Amino acid sequence: MDTFAYVFACIAFGLLTFSAVLCLYRIGMGPTAPDRAVAIDILGTLLIGFCAVLAIVTGIVEVAGGSKFVAARMRDFYLNVAIAWALLSFIGSIALAKFLEGKGFDE
Amino acid sequence: MNEIIGFIIIGIGLVFDLFGCIGLVRMPNVYTRLQAATKCVTLGTCSILFGVLCLSGFDSTGLKALICIAFVAVTSPTAAHAIARASHKFGVSVHKDAVVDRYDEEVDHHEEGETL
Repeated sequence: MDTFAYVFACIAFGLLTFSAVLCLYRIGMGPTAPDRAVAIDILGTLLIGFCAVLAIVTGIVEVAGGSKFVAARMRDFYLNVAIAWALLSFIGSIALAKFLEGKGFDE
Repeated sequence: MNEIIGFIIIGIGLVFDLFGCIGLVRMPNVYTRLQAATKCVTLGTCSILFGVLCLSGFDSTGLKALICIAFVAVTSPTAAHAIARASHKFGVSVHKDAVVDRYDEEVDHHEEGETL
């Protein structure tokens, strides 16, 4: 099961990296500013998926090393990163939207 | 059994993410790009996190994945709505084959009512 999980995680990283490259294409080549804002929002949501897949692989690595307590703490670490990233990505998208509307941040 | 279900759900989520980003590149307009990408990527990321919950069970990792699912499912459509409204006010017009723009009519009507 562990070997299957490693192969699965490699395929998952490949697919997510390809999706992120497509988002970067839209950030670079987007004709208008809202296109780039949409692509940045989507890239932030994709990175949460990266953190979730990293959490699985980290747990397996640490279990193979021997200590299950360390494994649980390392998995927690990557999901903490995912929660914080979701918060900051949301705030950044709202700030970009307010900026595109031409308003100040306090309206 | 839990592991098999978790890997299948994570695979479904990865495919949804990939299709959302292909829609982000291939669609012709800001609004269609937003509609294609936001729905697919929100469902895909929630599905990956749900797969992590299935793999790890209800320990601290699974509960944090559940919290992250709730947060993504609330905030991602909110941000998409704000960006759509902002791009309409920014001046991006709808696609040339579109037949109706209800938000434009609503805003015009509202502004006429205000000036009268």
